[in-house]
Amino acid sequence: MAQASWFDIIREALKRNEVKLITYVPDRVFTPLIKALHADSYFTTFTTTREEEAVGILSGAWMGGLRGAMLMQTSGFATIPNALASLALPSQIPLLMFVSERGTLGEFNLGQAMVCRTMRPVLDALAIEHHTITRIDELHFIVDRSIKQAVAIQQPICFILSPLLTGGKVFEA
Amino acid sequence: MSANTTAHNAKVMNRFALTKRLVAQLKRDEAVIGGIGNTNFDLWEAGQRPQNFYMLGSMGLAIPIALGVAIAQPKRHVVALEGDGSLLMQMGCLATVAMLAQPNLTMVVWDNAIYQITGSQPTATAANADLVAIARGAGIRNANWAADEADFDALVGAALKSGPSLIAVRIDSQPAAGTTDRDPVKIRENFMRGLGVRA
Repeated sequence: MAQASWFDIIREALKRNEVKLITYVPDRVFTPLIKALHADSYFTTFTTTREEEAVGILSGAWMGGLRGAMLMQTSGFATIPNALASLALPSQIPLLMFVSERGTLGEFNLGQAMVCRTMRPVLDALAIEHHTITRIDELHFIVDRSIKQAVAIQQPICFILSPLLTGGKVFEA
Repeated sequence: MSANTTAHNAKVMNRFALTKRLVAQLKRDEAVIGGIGNTNFDLWEAGQRPQNFYMLGSMGLAIPIALGVAIAQPKRHVVALEGDGSLLMQMGCLATVAMLAQPNLTMVVWDNAIYQITGSQPTATAANADLVAIARGAGIRNANWAADEADFDALVGAALKSGPSLIAVRIDSQPAAGTTDRDPVKIRENFMRGLGVRA
């Protein structure tokens, strides 16, 4: 039997934890995950114009009793620290964040490489737990357990999906 | 009539007075999200309801938060109260609301053409930006200026029946009538109880 793909594993972990609302700002590497979520009627999946907007939508949905997750790129994460520091964290909202990691392991855009340097320091400064996922055999365990933990302790969690897991975006010279 | 009301001929009204008029129309445990600053201060002072959420930071996110509540609880109507400066900061959310055609969502925008709480610097609505035109351009077909208090009441009454709707209101520069207690966890917990999510 063929091994499940990384995006199928994430989809199943979201389902298992009743995470039904998915917002995203598009990303090439996340495209198969986005397609899989759109194709599955279990999920309500749509784009937001900015990542900050998604923090608001998911915070409102959580307070209304609906679990959600946001998908974004490294550069998108760099736009949300204020919303994290002034909404999700002080209100103790278990915001679930999936970041497609750009800026490393073969990056070709200097801007992406530079903004990537800000991501983990920002997460650490805000004391937000984050996992960089590189191995498919660890993916379900990390995502499933961490969603349960985020909900239980009412704290945001960030999953950084490494190019080692997803293949990343390849520079074609 | 609202169709003939523009930013130029709409009556300049008072945010606290209209917030009270709005809350008085809420008979079905509608949720209300009060945007940052004077908007949520006046909501607080208009009478604390368990279905009110008072946003203490995250400028511009009142409408996205309200949208999230509306998606989570489709049988409950949700009202977002937002200021002109805040909406100008996060205009893209109007396109998202229109894209989803969220039927149980009403957006009220208080437009005093100033960033009142930071020292009354002019916003872009003091020049040429028109929030109703912006909303219509984003795809919110039911977007109107409130001509006067009676028209505001009528627009709110209609908005609570179907949506999404945006009601823009020209307001004066009176400060808020009070100040919200700044306890984010308590506000969030009370709100979740008010929505029936927590026992």
